[in-house]
Amino acid sequence: MSKQPLIELRNISYLYPHSTGPILENLNFSTQEKHIGVIGSNGCGKTTFFQIIVGLLTPTAGQLLFHGKEIKDKNRMRDLRREVGFLFQNSDDQLFSPTVIEDVAFGPLNLGYSQTAAKKTAIETLAKLGLEGFEERITHRLSGGEKKLVALATILAMEPKMLLLDEPTNNLDPKTRLRLISILQGLDLHQIIISHDWDFLEQTGSTLYRIEDGHIHRCEEDHIHVHSHIHKAGDYPHRHGH
Amino acid sequence: MMDEQFAEGDSLLHKRDPKAKIIASAIFITAAALTRSSTAAAMFLAFAAILCALTGLPLRPILKRLLAVNSFTFFLWITLPPTYGGNEFITLGPLSLSVEGIRLAALITLKTNAVVLAIIALLGTSRIANTGHALETLHLPQGLCFIMLFSYRYIFVIYQEYQRLVRAARLRCFKPATNIHTYRTFGYLFGMTLVKSWNRASRVHQAMILRGFDGHLIPLSQDRYRRSDTLFLLVILTLTLSIALVGFQYP
Repeated sequence: MSKQPLIELRNISYLYPHSTGPILENLNFSTQEKHIGVIGSNGCGKTTFFQIIVGLLTPTAGQLLFHGKEIKDKNRMRDLRREVGFLFQNSDDQLFSPTVIEDVAFGPLNLGYSQTAAKKTAIETLAKLGLEGFEERITHRLSGGEKKLVALATILAMEPKMLLLDEPTNNLDPKTRLRLISILQGLDLHQIIISHDWDFLEQTGSTLYRIEDGHIHRCEEDHIHVHSHIHKAGDYPHRHGH
Repeated sequence: MMDEQFAEGDSLLHKRDPKAKIIASAIFITAAALTRSSTAAAMFLAFAAILCALTGLPLRPILKRLLAVNSFTFFLWITLPPTYGGNEFITLGPLSLSVEGIRLAALITLKTNAVVLAIIALLGTSRIANTGHALETLHLPQGLCFIMLFSYRYIFVIYQEYQRLVRAARLRCFKPATNIHTYRTFGYLFGMTLVKSWNRASRVHQAMILRGFDGHLIPLSQDRYRRSDTLFLLVILTLTLSIALVGFQYP
Protein backbone atom coordinates (compact mmCIF):
# COMPACT_ATOMS: atom_id res chain seq x y z
CA MET A 1 0.00 0.00 0.00
CA SER A 2 1.20 3.50 -0.77
CA LYS A 3 1.81 5.90 2.08
CA GLN A 4 -0.92 8.29 1.04
CA PRO A 5 -4.47 6.97 1.16
CA LEU A 6 -6.10 6.93 -2.27
CA ILE A 7 -9.04 8.99 -1.07
CA GLU A 8 -9.34 11.24 1.92
CA LEU A 9 -12.31 13.38 2.97
CA ARG A 10 -11.60 16.28 5.32
CA ASN A 11 -14.41 18.02 7.20
CA ILE A 12 -16.86 17.36 4.42
CA SER A 13 -20.36 18.76 4.78
CA TYR A 14 -23.18 18.42 2.32
CA LEU A 15 -26.54 20.09 2.33
CA TYR A 16 -29.13 19.14 -0.27
CA PRO A 17 -30.91 22.17 -1.69
CA HIS A 18 -34.33 22.72 -0.09
CA SER A 19 -33.55 20.44 2.84
CA THR A 20 -33.68 21.43 6.47
CA GLY A 21 -30.30 20.21 7.69
CA PRO A 22 -27.04 18.92 6.24
CA ILE A 23 -27.00 15.22 5.41
CA LEU A 24 -23.25 15.00 6.04
CA GLU A 25 -21.54 17.28 8.55
CA ASN A 26 -17.79 17.59 9.21
CA LEU A 27 -17.21 14.12 7.96
CA ASN A 28 -13.65 12.78 8.05
CA PHE A 29 -12.65 9.62 6.33
CA SER A 30 -9.72 8.04 4.59
CA THR A 31 -9.30 4.75 2.81
CA GLN A 32 -6.89 3.00 5.14
CA GLU A 33 -8.23 -0.51 4.91
CA LYS A 34 -8.48 -2.39 1.67
CA HIS A 35 -12.02 -3.61 2.20
CA ILE A 36 -14.47 -1.23 3.80
CA GLY A 37 -18.14 -1.87 4.47
CA VAL A 38 -20.46 1.07 5.02
CA ILE A 39 -23.68 0.58 6.89
CA GLY A 40 -26.38 2.96 8.03
CA SER A 41 -30.11 3.41 7.91
CA ASN A 42 -32.01 4.39 4.77
CA GLY A 43 -31.50 8.01 3.81
CA CYS A 44 -28.53 8.51 6.15
CA GLY A 45 -26.31 9.71 3.30
CA LYS A 46 -24.46 6.57 2.20
CA THR A 47 -25.02 7.18 -1.51
CA THR A 48 -24.31 10.91 -1.04
CA PHE A 49 -20.99 9.87 0.50
CA PHE A 50 -20.09 7.94 -2.67
CA GLN A 51 -21.27 10.72 -4.96
CA ILE A 52 -18.98 13.16 -3.15
CA ILE A 53 -15.99 10.82 -3.48
CA VAL A 54 -16.34 10.70 -7.28
CA GLY A 55 -17.25 14.36 -7.61
CA LEU A 56 -20.84 13.95 -8.76
CA LEU A 57 -21.77 16.22 -5.87
CA THR A 58 -19.66 19.15 -4.78
CA PRO A 59 -19.51 19.32 -0.98
CA THR A 60 -20.82 22.49 0.63
CA ALA A 61 -17.67 22.58 2.77
CA GLY A 62 -14.49 20.52 3.20
CA GLN A 63 -11.80 19.00 1.04
CA LEU A 64 -11.55 15.94 -1.15
CA LEU A 65 -8.00 14.58 -1.38
CA PHE A 66 -6.81 12.15 -4.03
CA HIS A 67 -3.37 10.59 -3.41
CA GLY A 68 -2.96 13.17 -0.66
CA LYS A 69 -3.59 16.18 -2.89
CA GLU A 70 -6.71 18.27 -3.09
CA ILE A 71 -8.70 18.02 -6.30
CA LYS A 72 -8.60 21.43 -7.94
CA ASP A 73 -9.35 20.97 -11.62
CA LYS A 74 -11.23 18.84 -14.10
CA ASN A 75 -8.24 16.82 -15.24
CA ARG A 76 -7.45 15.65 -11.72
CA MET A 77 -11.09 14.70 -11.32
CA ARG A 78 -10.82 12.68 -14.52
CA ASP A 79 -7.82 10.83 -13.10
CA LEU A 80 -9.74 10.15 -9.91
CA ARG A 81 -12.72 8.80 -11.83
CA ARG A 82 -10.45 6.52 -13.75
CA GLU A 83 -8.99 5.05 -10.58
CA VAL A 84 -12.22 4.93 -8.62
CA GLY A 85 -15.03 2.95 -10.24
CA PHE A 86 -18.59 3.40 -8.96
CA LEU A 87 -21.10 0.55 -9.35
CA PHE A 88 -24.58 2.08 -9.19
CA GLN A 89 -27.46 0.62 -7.27
CA ASN A 90 -29.53 0.33 -10.43
CA SER A 91 -27.68 -1.22 -13.36
CA ASP A 92 -30.21 0.11 -15.85
CA ASP A 93 -28.76 3.56 -15.17
CA GLN A 94 -25.31 2.34 -15.98
CA LEU A 95 -25.85 0.41 -19.19
CA PHE A 96 -26.77 2.75 -22.01
CA SER A 97 -25.30 1.26 -25.17
CA PRO A 98 -27.36 -1.06 -27.33
CA THR A 99 -24.95 -3.97 -27.08
CA VAL A 100 -22.84 -5.28 -24.20
CA ILE A 101 -19.52 -4.95 -26.04
CA GLU A 102 -20.19 -1.30 -26.89
CA ASP A 103 -21.04 -0.57 -23.29
CA VAL A 104 -17.94 -2.24 -21.88
CA ALA A 105 -15.72 -0.58 -24.50
CA PHE A 106 -17.23 2.87 -23.81
CA GLY A 107 -14.87 3.67 -20.91
CA PRO A 108 -11.66 2.49 -22.62
CA LEU A 109 -12.60 4.45 -25.78
CA ASN A 110 -13.06 7.60 -23.69
CA LEU A 111 -9.65 6.95 -22.13
CA GLY A 112 -8.17 7.18 -25.59
CA TYR A 113 -7.74 3.50 -26.44
CA SER A 114 -7.85 2.62 -30.13
CA GLN A 115 -10.95 0.78 -31.28
CA THR A 116 -9.05 -2.50 -31.54
CA ALA A 117 -7.50 -2.08 -28.09
CA ALA A 118 -10.82 -1.06 -26.53
CA LYS A 119 -12.53 -4.07 -28.02
CA LYS A 120 -9.76 -6.37 -26.81
CA THR A 121 -9.94 -4.97 -23.27
CA ALA A 122 -13.72 -5.30 -23.29
CA ILE A 123 -13.61 -8.93 -24.41
CA GLU A 124 -10.94 -9.79 -21.84
CA THR A 125 -12.88 -8.10 -19.03
CA LEU A 126 -16.05 -9.95 -19.95
CA ALA A 127 -14.14 -13.23 -20.05
CA LYS A 128 -12.66 -12.54 -16.61
CA LEU A 129 -16.18 -12.27 -15.21
CA GLY A 130 -17.32 -15.43 -16.96
CA LEU A 131 -19.39 -13.48 -19.47
CA GLU A 132 -17.94 -14.97 -22.64
CA GLY A 133 -20.37 -14.80 -25.53
CA PHE A 134 -22.23 -11.81 -24.09
CA GLU A 135 -20.58 -9.36 -26.52
CA GLU A 136 -23.47 -8.92 -28.94
CA ARG A 137 -26.27 -9.31 -26.38
CA ILE A 138 -28.71 -6.40 -26.14
CA THR A 139 -28.18 -4.66 -22.79
CA HIS A 140 -31.80 -3.94 -21.93
CA ARG A 141 -32.79 -7.57 -22.48
CA LEU A 142 -30.35 -9.01 -19.94
CA SER A 143 -31.65 -10.39 -16.66
CA GLY A 144 -31.15 -8.37 -13.46
CA GLY A 145 -28.15 -10.45 -12.38
CA GLU A 146 -26.54 -10.32 -15.81
CA LYS A 147 -27.00 -6.55 -15.89
CA LYS A 148 -25.20 -6.24 -12.56
CA LEU A 149 -22.25 -8.30 -13.78
CA VAL A 150 -22.05 -6.45 -17.10
CA ALA A 151 -22.19 -3.12 -15.22
CA LEU A 152 -19.26 -4.35 -13.13
CA ALA A 153 -17.44 -5.26 -16.34
CA THR A 154 -17.95 -1.74 -17.75
CA ILE A 155 -16.13 -0.39 -14.68
CA LEU A 156 -13.39 -3.00 -14.50
CA ALA A 157 -12.59 -2.36 -18.17
CA MET A 158 -11.21 1.01 -17.08
CA GLU A 159 -8.74 -0.77 -14.76
CA PRO A 160 -9.62 1.11 -11.56
CA LYS A 161 -7.71 0.82 -8.30
CA MET A 162 -10.77 1.15 -6.12
CA LEU A 163 -14.38 0.11 -6.40
CA LEU A 164 -17.33 1.84 -4.80
CA LEU A 165 -20.20 -0.63 -4.67
CA ASP A 166 -23.66 0.70 -3.81
CA GLU A 167 -25.75 -2.16 -2.44
CA PRO A 168 -24.38 -4.62 -4.99
CA THR A 169 -26.29 -7.66 -3.77
CA ASN A 170 -29.72 -6.00 -3.81
CA ASN A 171 -32.25 -8.01 -5.78
CA LEU A 172 -29.77 -10.70 -6.76
CA ASP A 173 -30.75 -14.34 -6.57
CA PRO A 174 -28.57 -16.51 -4.26
CA LYS A 175 -26.58 -17.98 -7.14
CA THR A 176 -25.70 -14.64 -8.75
CA ARG A 177 -24.99 -13.22 -5.29
CA LEU A 178 -22.43 -15.95 -4.61
CA ARG A 179 -20.96 -15.43 -8.05
CA LEU A 180 -20.57 -11.70 -7.37
CA ILE A 181 -18.97 -12.43 -3.98
CA SER A 182 -16.42 -14.79 -5.49
CA ILE A 183 -15.65 -12.28 -8.25
CA LEU A 184 -15.13 -9.47 -5.73
CA GLN A 185 -12.97 -11.70 -3.54
CA GLY A 186 -10.81 -12.48 -6.55
CA LEU A 187 -10.14 -8.82 -7.36
CA ASP A 188 -7.01 -7.20 -6.03
CA LEU A 189 -8.68 -3.83 -5.57
CA HIS A 190 -9.65 -1.50 -2.77
CA GLN A 191 -13.36 -1.81 -2.18
CA ILE A 192 -15.87 0.30 -0.33
CA ILE A 193 -19.20 -1.45 -0.12
CA ILE A 194 -22.53 0.00 0.96
CA SER A 195 -24.74 -2.86 1.96
CA HIS A 196 -27.44 -4.08 4.28
CA ASP A 197 -26.32 -7.62 3.54
CA TRP A 198 -24.23 -8.51 6.60
CA ASP A 199 -23.17 -11.94 5.39
CA PHE A 200 -21.90 -10.34 2.22
CA LEU A 201 -19.84 -7.75 4.11
CA GLU A 202 -18.41 -10.53 6.27
CA GLN A 203 -17.49 -12.66 3.29
CA THR A 204 -15.66 -9.80 1.60
CA GLY A 205 -13.69 -9.31 4.82
CA SER A 206 -14.66 -5.70 5.30
CA THR A 207 -13.89 -3.33 8.12
CA LEU A 208 -17.21 -1.79 9.03
CA TYR A 209 -17.99 1.89 9.13
CA ARG A 210 -21.33 3.35 10.12
CA ILE A 211 -22.78 6.60 8.83
CA GLU A 212 -24.94 8.22 11.47
CA ASP A 213 -26.07 11.80 12.05
CA GLY A 214 -23.86 13.08 9.23
CA HIS A 215 -20.68 11.48 10.54
CA ILE A 216 -18.85 8.29 9.76
CA HIS A 217 -17.37 6.11 12.52
CA ARG A 218 -15.41 2.96 12.43
CA CYS A 219 -17.34 0.26 14.29
CA GLU A 220 -14.59 -0.51 16.80
CA GLU A 221 -16.67 -2.38 19.32
CA ASP A 222 -18.65 -4.48 16.95
CA HIS A 223 -16.96 -7.45 15.43
CA ILE A 224 -18.34 -9.12 12.42
CA HIS A 225 -19.14 -12.70 13.20
CA VAL A 226 -21.06 -15.48 11.65
CA HIS A 227 -23.66 -17.78 13.13
CA SER A 228 -23.90 -21.15 11.55
CA HIS A 229 -27.37 -22.57 11.71
CA ILE A 230 -29.74 -24.55 9.62
CA HIS A 231 -33.28 -23.96 8.48
CA LYS A 232 -35.46 -24.02 5.41
CA ALA A 233 -34.57 -21.56 2.63
CA GLY A 234 -31.43 -20.81 4.64
CA ASP A 235 -29.43 -20.39 1.44
CA TYR A 236 -31.33 -17.14 0.79
CA PRO A 237 -29.83 -13.94 2.24
CA HIS A 238 -31.86 -13.20 5.33
CA ARG A 239 -31.74 -11.52 8.68
CA HIS A 240 -32.67 -12.68 12.12
CA GLY A 241 -34.16 -10.71 14.94
CA HIS A 242 -31.20 -11.03 17.30
CA MET B 1 -41.34 -3.61 -28.96
CA MET B 2 -37.82 -2.66 -29.96
CA ASP B 3 -36.92 -5.74 -31.96
CA GLU B 4 -34.61 -5.11 -34.83
CA GLN B 5 -36.07 -8.08 -36.61
CA PHE B 6 -35.03 -6.99 -40.10
CA ALA B 7 -31.41 -6.38 -39.07
CA GLU B 8 -30.76 -10.10 -38.54
CA GLY B 9 -29.46 -11.68 -41.69
CA ASP B 10 -26.52 -12.37 -43.89
CA SER B 11 -27.71 -11.20 -47.29
CA LEU B 12 -25.97 -8.99 -49.79
CA LEU B 13 -27.87 -6.01 -48.39
CA HIS B 14 -27.17 -6.84 -44.74
CA LYS B 15 -23.47 -6.84 -45.49
CA ARG B 16 -23.41 -3.38 -47.05
CA ASP B 17 -21.94 -0.52 -45.09
CA PRO B 18 -24.73 1.55 -43.50
CA LYS B 19 -23.22 4.73 -44.98
CA ALA B 20 -23.79 3.39 -48.49
CA LYS B 21 -27.29 2.31 -47.55
CA ILE B 22 -28.18 5.69 -46.06
CA ILE B 23 -27.06 7.51 -49.22
CA ALA B 24 -28.79 4.95 -51.44
CA SER B 25 -32.08 5.29 -49.57
CA ALA B 26 -31.86 9.09 -49.63
CA ILE B 27 -31.47 9.01 -53.41
CA PHE B 28 -34.21 6.44 -53.88
CA ILE B 29 -36.70 8.15 -51.56
CA THR B 30 -36.18 11.58 -53.12
CA ALA B 31 -36.62 10.25 -56.65
CA ALA B 32 -39.65 8.13 -55.75
CA ALA B 33 -41.33 10.90 -53.80
CA LEU B 34 -40.89 13.50 -56.54
CA THR B 35 -42.07 11.49 -59.53
CA ARG B 36 -45.46 12.33 -61.02
CA SER B 37 -45.62 9.42 -63.40
CA SER B 38 -47.54 6.28 -62.44
CA THR B 39 -45.30 4.24 -64.73
CA ALA B 40 -42.19 5.39 -62.89
CA ALA B 41 -43.90 4.89 -59.50
CA ALA B 42 -44.79 1.32 -60.47
CA MET B 43 -41.18 0.72 -61.56
CA PHE B 44 -39.91 2.14 -58.25
CA LEU B 45 -42.23 -0.23 -56.43
CA ALA B 46 -40.94 -3.18 -58.45
CA PHE B 47 -37.34 -2.09 -57.80
CA ALA B 48 -37.95 -1.81 -54.06
CA ALA B 49 -39.69 -5.19 -54.05
CA ILE B 50 -36.65 -6.75 -55.75
CA LEU B 51 -34.36 -5.15 -53.13
CA CYS B 52 -36.60 -6.60 -50.42
CA ALA B 53 -36.46 -10.02 -52.04
CA LEU B 54 -32.66 -9.79 -52.07
CA THR B 55 -32.62 -9.39 -48.27
CA GLY B 56 -34.11 -12.87 -47.87
CA LEU B 57 -36.33 -11.63 -45.05
CA PRO B 58 -39.53 -13.52 -44.28
CA LEU B 59 -42.57 -12.20 -46.11
CA ARG B 60 -45.06 -12.02 -43.25
CA PRO B 61 -43.51 -9.25 -41.13
CA ILE B 62 -42.91 -7.20 -44.29
CA LEU B 63 -46.55 -7.54 -45.32
CA LYS B 64 -47.56 -6.56 -41.80
CA ARG B 65 -45.62 -3.31 -42.12
CA LEU B 66 -47.20 -2.66 -45.51
CA LEU B 67 -50.63 -3.27 -44.03
CA ALA B 68 -49.95 -0.61 -41.40
CA VAL B 69 -48.91 1.92 -44.05
CA ASN B 70 -51.80 1.11 -46.34
CA SER B 71 -54.28 1.76 -43.60
CA PHE B 72 -53.37 5.40 -44.31
CA THR B 73 -53.59 5.16 -48.10
CA PHE B 74 -56.96 3.46 -47.61
CA PHE B 75 -58.37 6.79 -46.47
CA LEU B 76 -57.07 8.41 -49.65
CA TRP B 77 -59.01 5.83 -51.66
CA ILE B 78 -62.15 6.70 -49.74
CA THR B 79 -61.77 10.46 -49.99
CA LEU B 80 -59.95 11.28 -53.24
CA PRO B 81 -62.06 9.61 -55.99
CA PRO B 82 -65.45 11.10 -54.95
CA THR B 83 -64.10 14.59 -54.21
CA TYR B 84 -61.18 15.29 -56.55
CA GLY B 85 -63.10 16.66 -59.52
CA GLY B 86 -61.70 16.90 -63.06
CA ASN B 87 -63.24 16.07 -66.46
CA GLU B 88 -63.63 12.30 -66.55
CA PHE B 89 -66.00 10.48 -64.25
CA ILE B 90 -67.02 6.89 -63.69
CA THR B 91 -70.55 6.39 -62.42
CA LEU B 92 -70.94 3.66 -59.85
CA GLY B 93 -74.53 3.51 -58.67
CA PRO B 94 -75.22 6.80 -56.90
CA LEU B 95 -71.49 7.73 -56.85
CA SER B 96 -69.58 9.49 -59.57
CA LEU B 97 -65.87 8.89 -59.16
CA SER B 98 -63.23 11.17 -60.60
CA VAL B 99 -60.73 9.33 -62.81
CA GLU B 100 -58.14 11.92 -61.87
CA GLY B 101 -58.78 11.18 -58.21
CA ILE B 102 -58.36 7.45 -58.72
CA ARG B 103 -55.13 8.08 -60.60
CA LEU B 104 -53.80 10.27 -57.83
CA ALA B 105 -54.74 7.78 -55.11
CA ALA B 106 -53.03 5.03 -57.11
CA LEU B 107 -49.90 7.14 -57.62
CA ILE B 108 -49.63 7.92 -53.90
CA THR B 109 -50.22 4.27 -52.97
CA LEU B 110 -47.49 3.08 -55.36
CA LYS B 111 -45.00 5.66 -54.08
CA THR B 112 -45.72 5.01 -50.41
CA ASN B 113 -45.28 1.27 -50.74
CA ALA B 114 -42.13 1.70 -52.80
CA VAL B 115 -40.58 3.98 -50.17
CA VAL B 116 -41.53 1.72 -47.25
CA LEU B 117 -40.14 -1.37 -48.99
CA ALA B 118 -36.93 0.50 -49.81
CA ILE B 119 -36.54 1.59 -46.19
CA ILE B 120 -37.02 -1.97 -44.98
CA ALA B 121 -34.50 -3.28 -47.50
CA LEU B 122 -31.91 -0.53 -47.05
CA LEU B 123 -32.20 0.96 -43.58
CA GLY B 124 -33.95 -1.92 -41.83
CA THR B 125 -31.07 -4.27 -42.58
CA SER B 126 -28.63 -2.35 -40.36
CA ARG B 127 -28.76 -2.05 -36.60
CA ILE B 128 -29.92 1.33 -35.34
CA ALA B 129 -26.61 1.78 -33.50
CA ASN B 130 -24.62 1.28 -36.70
CA THR B 131 -26.94 3.55 -38.67
CA GLY B 132 -26.50 6.19 -35.96
CA HIS B 133 -22.73 5.94 -36.14
CA ALA B 134 -22.89 6.04 -39.94
CA LEU B 135 -24.92 9.25 -39.79
CA GLU B 136 -22.24 10.69 -37.53
CA THR B 137 -19.49 9.73 -40.00
CA LEU B 138 -21.54 11.37 -42.74
CA HIS B 139 -21.15 14.59 -40.71
CA LEU B 140 -24.70 14.97 -39.57
CA PRO B 141 -24.87 17.16 -36.45
CA GLN B 142 -23.61 15.08 -33.53
CA GLY B 143 -26.46 16.23 -31.32
CA LEU B 144 -29.04 14.79 -33.68
CA CYS B 145 -27.22 11.45 -33.85
CA PHE B 146 -27.12 11.35 -30.04
CA ILE B 147 -30.80 12.02 -29.77
CA MET B 148 -31.55 9.25 -32.24
CA LEU B 149 -29.35 6.67 -30.53
CA PHE B 150 -30.49 7.52 -27.04
CA SER B 151 -34.18 7.68 -27.91
CA TYR B 152 -33.76 4.24 -29.35
CA ARG B 153 -32.11 2.95 -26.18
CA TYR B 154 -34.45 4.63 -23.71
CA ILE B 155 -37.88 4.63 -25.35
CA PHE B 156 -38.09 1.05 -24.21
CA VAL B 157 -37.18 1.94 -20.62
CA ILE B 158 -39.57 4.90 -20.54
CA TYR B 159 -42.30 2.68 -21.92
CA GLN B 160 -41.57 0.10 -19.20
CA GLU B 161 -41.79 2.75 -16.50
CA TYR B 162 -45.09 3.94 -17.89
CA GLN B 163 -46.36 0.36 -17.98
CA ARG B 164 -45.28 -0.14 -14.37
CA LEU B 165 -47.29 2.90 -13.29
CA VAL B 166 -50.32 1.82 -15.29
CA ARG B 167 -50.10 -1.64 -13.70
CA ALA B 168 -49.92 -0.10 -10.23
CA ALA B 169 -53.04 1.94 -11.01
CA ARG B 170 -54.87 -1.08 -12.40
CA LEU B 171 -54.00 -3.17 -9.34
CA ARG B 172 -55.84 -0.60 -7.28
CA CYS B 173 -58.90 -1.11 -9.47
CA PHE B 174 -58.43 1.88 -11.74
CA LYS B 175 -60.76 1.60 -14.71
CA PRO B 176 -60.58 4.31 -17.38
CA ALA B 177 -63.90 6.01 -18.01
CA THR B 178 -65.06 9.38 -19.33
CA ASN B 179 -64.78 11.33 -16.12
CA ILE B 180 -62.55 13.81 -14.40
CA HIS B 181 -61.00 11.12 -12.19
CA THR B 182 -59.73 9.28 -15.28
CA TYR B 183 -58.33 12.41 -16.87
CA ARG B 184 -56.61 13.40 -13.67
CA THR B 185 -55.15 9.91 -13.20
CA PHE B 186 -53.75 9.84 -16.75
CA GLY B 187 -52.37 13.30 -16.16
CA TYR B 188 -50.56 12.00 -13.08
CA LEU B 189 -49.33 8.93 -14.95
CA PHE B 190 -47.87 10.97 -17.80
CA GLY B 191 -46.43 13.49 -15.38
CA MET B 192 -44.79 10.81 -13.24
CA THR B 193 -43.38 9.11 -16.33
CA LEU B 194 -41.86 12.43 -17.35
CA VAL B 195 -40.34 13.02 -13.90
CA LYS B 196 -38.99 9.49 -13.67
CA SER B 197 -37.51 9.69 -17.16
CA TRP B 198 -35.86 12.97 -16.28
CA ASN B 199 -34.33 11.48 -13.13
CA ARG B 200 -33.16 8.47 -15.04
CA ALA B 201 -31.62 10.65 -17.73
CA SER B 202 -29.58 12.52 -15.13
CA ARG B 203 -28.40 9.26 -13.53
CA VAL B 204 -27.39 7.90 -16.93
CA HIS B 205 -25.54 11.12 -17.63
CA GLN B 206 -23.68 10.72 -14.33
CA ALA B 207 -22.76 7.16 -15.24
CA MET B 208 -21.39 8.38 -18.56
CA ILE B 209 -19.35 11.18 -16.99
CA LEU B 210 -17.83 8.73 -14.49
CA ARG B 211 -16.60 6.66 -17.40
CA GLY B 212 -14.83 9.58 -19.00
CA PHE B 213 -17.55 10.86 -21.35
CA ASP B 214 -16.88 14.44 -22.42
CA GLY B 215 -19.43 15.00 -25.15
CA HIS B 216 -17.94 12.87 -27.90
CA LEU B 217 -19.43 9.51 -28.63
CA ILE B 218 -16.70 7.28 -30.01
CA PRO B 219 -18.18 4.39 -31.95
CA LEU B 220 -16.79 0.89 -31.61
CA SER B 221 -17.46 0.60 -35.27
CA GLN B 222 -17.00 -2.62 -37.10
CA ASP B 223 -18.31 -1.32 -40.41
CA ARG B 224 -15.80 -0.81 -43.11
CA TYR B 225 -16.60 0.91 -46.36
CA ARG B 226 -15.50 -1.39 -49.15
CA ARG B 227 -15.24 -1.11 -52.90
CA SER B 228 -18.34 -3.30 -53.22
CA ASP B 229 -20.25 -0.61 -51.33
CA THR B 230 -19.35 1.96 -53.98
CA LEU B 231 -20.41 -0.52 -56.66
CA PHE B 232 -23.69 -1.07 -54.82
CA LEU B 233 -24.25 2.69 -54.59
CA LEU B 234 -23.55 3.12 -58.30
CA VAL B 235 -26.03 0.39 -59.23
CA ILE B 236 -28.77 1.92 -57.08
CA LEU B 237 -28.00 5.40 -58.41
CA THR B 238 -28.07 4.31 -62.08
CA LEU B 239 -31.30 2.36 -61.72
CA THR B 240 -32.99 5.13 -59.76
CA LEU B 241 -32.00 7.76 -62.31
CA SER B 242 -33.11 5.56 -65.21
CA ILE B 243 -36.53 5.10 -63.63
CA ALA B 244 -36.73 8.85 -63.01
CA LEU B 245 -35.96 9.41 -66.72
CA VAL B 246 -38.71 6.95 -67.69
CA GLY B 247 -40.97 9.09 -65.52
CA PHE B 248 -40.15 12.15 -67.62
CA GLN B 249 -40.80 10.22 -70.87
CA TYR B 250 -44.17 8.81 -69.76
CA PRO B 251 -45.69 11.33 -67.38
